[in-house]
Amino acid sequence: MKIIKIPLRKEEVQELKAGDEILLSGIIYTARDQAHKRLAITIQQRKHLPLDLKGIIIYYCGPAKTPKGKIIGSCGPTTSSRMDKFTPLLLNSGVKGMIGKGARSKEVIAAIKKHKAVYFLAYSGCGALLSKYIKKATVFAYKDLGPEAIHKLEVKDFPLIVGIDSHGRSVYKN
Amino acid sequence: MKTISANKITKIVAELCIRANLVLRKDVLSLLHNAYLKEKNSRAKKILQAIIENAKIARKEKLAICQDTGLPCVLVEIGNAIKINGDLRAAINKGIESGYKKGYLRNSVIINPLLRGKPKYSPGVIHFDFVKGNKLKLTVLPKGFGCENKAQLRMFRPTAEINEIKKFILEAVKSAGPDACPPYVVGVGIGGTADYACFLAKKALLREIGRKGQSPSGTVPSELKGDLGIVLGLERELLYEINKLNIGPMGLSGKATALAVNVETFPTHIAGLPVAVNICCHALRSATATL
Repeated sequence: MKIIKIPLRKEEVQELKAGDEILLSGIIYTARDQAHKRLAITIQQRKHLPLDLKGIIIYYCGPAKTPKGKIIGSCGPTTSSRMDKFTPLLLNSGVKGMIGKGARSKEVIAAIKKHKAVYFLAYSGCGALLSKYIKKATVFAYKDLGPEAIHKLEVKDFPLIVGIDSHGRSVYKN
Repeated sequence: MKTISANKITKIVAELCIRANLVLRKDVLSLLHNAYLKEKNSRAKKILQAIIENAKIARKEKLAICQDTGLPCVLVEIGNAIKINGDLRAAINKGIESGYKKGYLRNSVIINPLLRGKPKYSPGVIHFDFVKGNKLKLTVLPKGFGCENKAQLRMFRPTAEINEIKKFILEAVKSAGPDACPPYVVGVGIGGTADYACFLAKKALLREIGRKGQSPSGTVPSELKGDLGIVLGLERELLYEINKLNIGPMGLSGKATALAVNVETFPTHIAGLPVAVNICCHALRSATATL
């Protein structure tokens, strides 16, 4: 089991192989459908982004409400392929890693290879379990989107599987 | 005539929303355990263990099993000797809203599907059915959309062979692939109209899974004859075929691609044979109360 800290180091990312299991620690940002759409439009219009995308890891997640006394509610990954149409643009803007569930398009795999980025899988449908690895959670941007807002999460030993590595190899057979 | 107040319905629906989202169904948990015991692939075993652990944490710590607490689907069976004091639909939606808030569940409902906007808690999708008797049965099925997005409908010709139908269902599971949180529960609706077949496929998810007679042997036992026999045989064969696909938990290979296949049928037209598939993730959640 590899232990990886954010920010990701270039050499470290290149050593990761599809199928590797890792434990990730550091800051990640959630973004799903509507946040992706907004980020993409902002980039296309060359306007000011609410966060610096350089080197960050995006988690495709819309958490449940936070119960009293908890850091965060259930917070597992959502289906990554819905973000495929925005991903090459975000990778081009500096995003280094993504966390989600399921397969990605050919275009996304090519963009991951081009930008030497990485796509991780989180245990899908295990949002209660995964909430235990989150040490801090705040709404960071697009608050009006509710659960689809960008949340800043501090994770500790977040268990992940490398889905697509920086060489474009995928853990899925097809 | 038995009278039930709208307030009581609101209260019960709220409780059902919380229970469904926090406590995994016994039959689902039991088949997950079976799948864990049978799995030989070490990664698949580890994922199944995480899924079971997740259900335990959710129940113990009152956390939603999945952050996608679904679009609340509600089935209402109203006895003919029941009188409801108040607006039933409004009472149910009020119950959804109050249960989702109280249970710290996610507001995932978009009021205008085209304009989008900030998500709300309700309305749910409500189906009403009228039955004999003096009971009111309420079932809440919070359906996550990772898997709802994989639903399919095909209008077959009435002369279609059973193998064509099986192939369509298998292809639907294949196309869901790793995306919709396998191991799946596959709901199939056969017959009725286009819309009714889709409803049956959804309703099939409410039937207890792993019922007697459903084992992945892949053969139709000769003693099973008639409609039920055909349905049971189809369920067995499909489960067997699906679990040969090697999609496995999280789509990373393994035996457990589906926990169960439930087929529901209804009379249909001489010119058609509608078949709908509703795939559900491993977090198949529902809760029922009878008043």
